[in-house]
Amino acid sequence: MEITPHAEGELPIEPSVINMGPSHPAMHGNIHIKLTLDGERVRDAEVNIGYLHRGFEKECEAHCWQQIFPYTDRLNYVSPMLNNVGWALAVEKLLGVTAPERAQYLRVIVGEIARICDHLTYLAAQVMEMGAFTPYFYLMKGRDWLWDMLEEISGARLTHSYVRIGGVAWDLPEGVKEKTLEILPKVEGILDEVDHLMTRNRIFLDRMEGIAVISGEEAVGYSWTGPCLRASGVDYDVRKAAPYLVYDRMDFEIPICSTGDNLARYLVRLEEVRQSRRIIEQALAQLPAGPVLLDDRRVTLPPKAATYNTIEDMIAHFKLVVDGICPPKGEVYSYTEAGNGELGFYIVSDGTGRPVKVRCRPPCFMGMAALSRLIKGHLIADIIPTFDTINMIGGECDR
Amino acid sequence: MSRLALEKLKERFPQAVLDTHDFRHDETAIVATESLKEICRFLRDDPELRFDMLTDATAVDYLLDPARTAPRFEVVYHLYSTSKRRRLRLKVQVGTPEAGRAERAGSGANPSEGDRAGEPEVDSLCELWPIANWLEREIWDMYGLRFRGHPELRRILLYEEFVGHPLRKDYPKDKRQPLVRRPEPEIAEVLARRGRARSLGDGTSPAEKR
Repeated sequence: MEITPHAEGELPIEPSVINMGPSHPAMHGNIHIKLTLDGERVRDAEVNIGYLHRGFEKECEAHCWQQIFPYTDRLNYVSPMLNNVGWALAVEKLLGVTAPERAQYLRVIVGEIARICDHLTYLAAQVMEMGAFTPYFYLMKGRDWLWDMLEEISGARLTHSYVRIGGVAWDLPEGVKEKTLEILPKVEGILDEVDHLMTRNRIFLDRMEGIAVISGEEAVGYSWTGPCLRASGVDYDVRKAAPYLVYDRMDFEIPICSTGDNLARYLVRLEEVRQSRRIIEQALAQLPAGPVLLDDRRVTLPPKAATYNTIEDMIAHFKLVVDGICPPKGEVYSYTEAGNGELGFYIVSDGTGRPVKVRCRPPCFMGMAALSRLIKGHLIADIIPTFDTINMIGGECDR
Repeated sequence: MSRLALEKLKERFPQAVLDTHDFRHDETAIVATESLKEICRFLRDDPELRFDMLTDATAVDYLLDPARTAPRFEVVYHLYSTSKRRRLRLKVQVGTPEAGRAERAGSGANPSEGDRAGEPEVDSLCELWPIANWLEREIWDMYGLRFRGHPELRRILLYEEFVGHPLRKDYPKDKRQPLVRRPEPEIAEVLARRGRARSLGDGTSPAEKR
């Protein structure tokens, strides 16, 4: 390693190697960066992930298709609903079935609530780790209200497992629609407050503007998707590029920024919360009546009364519980827009009740692959804000 | 339009495209392992296709498929074109089914340890897409497939001392791995590499030494 040239009479400065993480208060989700520093400047960085690896893909191979939902809850644990939806759509694509319309609307609604939660968590972590503690509590309050809603819908605060293959577990409980419509403007109020506190704040801007710039072309090379890619000026959102569920019936915008720096990644997410609110309100207004679960004995369990009273449904129930859903032999890749970008599932079936292969394409894994490139040449103090903008979620990145 | 990529691929590389299908509208091509890099370069640079994003890369182990005569592993690449909004799946097949069966029938102890010559190899795509670096490291970590020309093929999610490759079908799900500890001389090694054979107990600073 070369030694930085120094003036006469000064001590030579040789690069020092320090370890940041894996247990660092701002490295939420445990990552390790081995930094080679030239004074305060990062000359080289080796990013190591995997501290939260739990063998998601291996575990899936030993379970029925419908038993995998609880595992998907624990991928991106800030927005489990989006993972639930992604998994359900993947298996439905393999099966060649479509969920009833009302279920599709409900998936959009819970998914977008989860997206708001995801972005609020990102914003909270971003500002808090730069020293702004007040907005953190404002944003967490907003997230809590939304989690209350998800809890009322699914019965669980964090690990919802609300979506089923062929629909959703049950209909919206009474009053949730009104409460959600009441909460959304309040959440946006919080967002405006944070926007006013942070977006024009001198200290905040100094640490965000022009830091860790990445061009659209390079971001595509790193396979970036989601808000981070859109912050580099590439117009790619799965909800628009390949609409799934009922996103083609919604009127919403995809915010794009062209600067590709930390600030752009912050601004894109800030605006996406507002767009998600629009989607939820439209979906709630359009919500059609009808069943929320497919009536197909190969895919969904029969109603309890039928299971207890008819022999056919008793057998169907038994077969689904013991053998599981048996999709045709084949392979599919299904992708949805999760909080951090394209959440893909590549699944291979041999026609039995258990998958041969489940691959989850974690969007923030791609962000982490580029982290070393992003922080090189910047100061130590820039590492945390940059790491935050990638919004790495350990459960998803390490699986 | 929809099958454009597959058509062009077959026209350009008639020998290398072994099979195609579009099950559930996912366009898929199985290509010859040795032509993978050339094909990917063509797909990325062709002005009509422009598959500029390597969305995902993974592998599948078909060891337990009794009817399979094709090689044991498949490395699966998902490509996407941000400008043309088109997707394509490429697959290469590596390893021999017999080798897998023999391993299964044999002792089964550390099938992925030892003879490196037997480990299947695929060309690395790091030159074409920077993300290939980490994706290929994960495949190496999980399946023990090597990538020719990869700058630093080491484990990514698991630790270096881990024995075996857990997503192989002959790796038992409930296998325990011993808790390991990195060898002690690391610090001395680091210091030696920095050109200063200084023991930890020696309290003198570099300035004093000069």
